[in-house]
Amino acid sequence: MILYILRRVLYAIPIALAVSLICFMLVHIAPGDPINAIVPPDAPKVVVDQMRKDYGLDRPLPIQFGLWLSRVVQGDLGRSIANRRSVAADLMAAAGKTLVLAFSAAALGFAFGCVFGGTSAMFHGTWIDRTLVGIAIAGVSVPHYWLGMVLVIIFSVMLNLLPSIGAGPGDWAWDWVHIQHLVLPAVTLSVIPAGLVTRTVRGAVIEILNQDFVMTLRGKGLSRLRIYYHVAKNVAPVALAVMGLQLGYLMGGSILVETVFSWPGTGMMLNQAIFQRDLPVLQGTTLVLAMFFVVLNLVVDLIQTALDPRMRRR
Amino acid sequence: MSESLATARDLTVRFRTHDSTIHAVNGVDFDVHPREVLCILGESGSGKSVTLRSLMRLNPPAITQMLGTLRVDGHDIMTASEQALEEIRGPVVAMIPQEPMTSLDPVFTIGQQITEAILRHERVRRREASRRALELLDLVQIPSAARRLASYPHELSGGLRQRAMIAIALACRPKLLLADEPTTALDATVQIQILLLLRNLQQELGMGMIFVTHDLGVAGEIADRIAVMYAGRIVEEGPVDAVMGSPLHPYSCGLLGATVHEGLRGTMLTTIPGAPPDLRKLPEGCAFAPRCTYTEPRCLEAVPELRTGMEGRVARCVRLVDHRGDASSSTTTRAA
Repeated sequence: MILYILRRVLYAIPIALAVSLICFMLVHIAPGDPINAIVPPDAPKVVVDQMRKDYGLDRPLPIQFGLWLSRVVQGDLGRSIANRRSVAADLMAAAGKTLVLAFSAAALGFAFGCVFGGTSAMFHGTWIDRTLVGIAIAGVSVPHYWLGMVLVIIFSVMLNLLPSIGAGPGDWAWDWVHIQHLVLPAVTLSVIPAGLVTRTVRGAVIEILNQDFVMTLRGKGLSRLRIYYHVAKNVAPVALAVMGLQLGYLMGGSILVETVFSWPGTGMMLNQAIFQRDLPVLQGTTLVLAMFFVVLNLVVDLIQTALDPRMRRR
Repeated sequence: MSESLATARDLTVRFRTHDSTIHAVNGVDFDVHPREVLCILGESGSGKSVTLRSLMRLNPPAITQMLGTLRVDGHDIMTASEQALEEIRGPVVAMIPQEPMTSLDPVFTIGQQITEAILRHERVRRREASRRALELLDLVQIPSAARRLASYPHELSGGLRQRAMIAIALACRPKLLLADEPTTALDATVQIQILLLLRNLQQELGMGMIFVTHDLGVAGEIADRIAVMYAGRIVEEGPVDAVMGSPLHPYSCGLLGATVHEGLRGTMLTTIPGAPPDLRKLPEGCAFAPRCTYTEPRCLEAVPELRTGMEGRVARCVRLVDHRGDASSSTTTRAA
C-alpha cells in the first residue's frame, strides 16, 4: 500500500513537468508582451530593454524555462511582474481561500447530489424521479456565472440578506462574518456538481438495486435500512470518483465565479494574471492547480480502494 | 401422513407491466413435507423460479400480482406484512440462488454476509455469530474456512461461492430450503459435489427442500418427488422413480426423450418440436397441445384437469385414465 502511494506520488513529477512546460509555451505563443503591460506606452526603448533584461525575458526560451524550473524546485515561484510581490506568498493566501470555497461547494454538491440521486432511484419511474432528474439537468445546464449574478440580484440587491463581494475582513475564519460571504459563491459553484452527482448516484443505485445480490439480501430477512446500507457501500466508489474530479474542476474552474463574487482566490488571481500577462503568477498558479488535481486524484483512488476490495490489486 | 411444511393452492403469479401482463404461474398446487425433497422440473420460462420466489415473496413487489393460498410452516405468506416476512426469511425459509457469481455483495466479506443474517434473527453477540459463521463454512466444506471468512466474493471460485451461498442460506437453520438451479452455473465436476453436499445437508439437518432445475439427471439424483412444470402449470407430479421410469404426460415423455441417460447408448435423442407458449397470452386449452403429437379436439377446448393416476401420481392430460374416476379431486397431498 505504501509502495503504491509512493509510486503514485512519483508519477506526479512528470505530470508537473509536462504541465509547466505546456503552460510556459502557451504563454509565449500567445500574442502580447508582459513588459508592455507595465511600462507606459511612451517609455524609451532603453528602459523597455533594460526591464526585459531584468526579468530575464531576453534569454532564449529553453533557458528561461530551465531557470524558472530550478527556482521552483527550491520553492521560489518568482515575483509578480505587475506588483513585484512574491508569487508563492500570494498564491498560498489565495489557494487557502479557494480551498475553502471549493470544499464548501463540493460538500454542498455532494450532499445534495447523494440525497437527490438516492431519492430519485428509490422512486424510480414516478413523478418524484422525473422532477429530481429535471432539476439535475437544469443544474448541470445553467451557466454558473449567470446563476451567480441572479443570486446576487435576489439575495444581495433585492433582499439585502447576504454580501455579494469579497471573502470578509482579514484572514479566513469559520464565523458568520466570513461565512455569510461564502454562501452565495459556494451555492453557485455547487449546482453543477450537485446535478452531476445526482445523475451518477441515481444511475448507480438503480443498477445496484437490479443486481442479483439484492434478492439475496432480502432473502436473508434484512431490513430495508440495512439493504440501503449495502447499496450505499456499493455506490460510494462511483460517487466519490465523480466528486473527486468535480472538486478538481472547482479548484481550477472557479475563475468565473470567483470573478463574479470578487472572491480573492486562485481563480481571480489567474484571471488578473492573464489580463496583465503576468508570467510568473500565471505559471505558478497553473502549476499549483495542476498539482492539486494530481493529489486529489490520488486521494480519490485511495478512498476508492479502501471502499471496494475488488480494486485492491497490485 | 405428516403435516405439510409448505402448501400451495391455486398459486397464481402475474407480472403487470405497462403494455402487457405476463402469466408466469397459473394455478399451482403442491405440498412439501418435512425432510422431503420436491423437485420442480421445467424449461426456461415455465414459471419454476417464480414459484420458488413466491414462497418468500421475493418477486419484484411493484409489478407482481399473487393469488391463491401459500403457507410455509404455518405462516400465511400471502397476507404477511413486510416486517413479518423479514422474520420468516432466514429462520423459516431460505433460498440458494442460481447465480453464485452475482448473488453475493461484492464489497462485503463472506464472513460479514453470513454473520449479518445471524445477527438479524438471533440475539447473539458478534463473536458468537462469527464462530457460527466459521462452523457453517466448515459445514459446507470450504477449505481453510477461517481465512475464507475474511475473503471477498471475487477472491473465490464459482464452486466456493455457491458453497458460501449455501452457508448463508443455512445460517439461521431454515426449515425449508429453496434451491433455484443451484448447480446450473457451475462446472460439471463441481455440480456433482454441490449436489451431494446439498443432499447430505438436507438429510443431516432434516430440512424440507424445493429444488428447481431443468436438468433431469440432477432431479433424479436429489428428488423424492418430481413436479413437471409447463407454461406456469404443473403438468405431472409423482414419486421420482415413477415419473422418470414411466412418465404420464406427453411433455414429460418429451423431456426424458431429449435427455442423455443410461441404457440409451446408440439411439438418437428426440426433441420436442416447437417452442413454449407466449406467457402474455396463453392458449385456452392445454398449453402443450400445439407441440404435442397426441393432440385431440378436446385438448384445445379447456385446460385439462389434473387426473390422478396410479401410485399417487397426477398428470394434466386428457388421455390419462383417471383412476379415481373423479377429475375434480385434484389434491396432491400424499406421503412421500
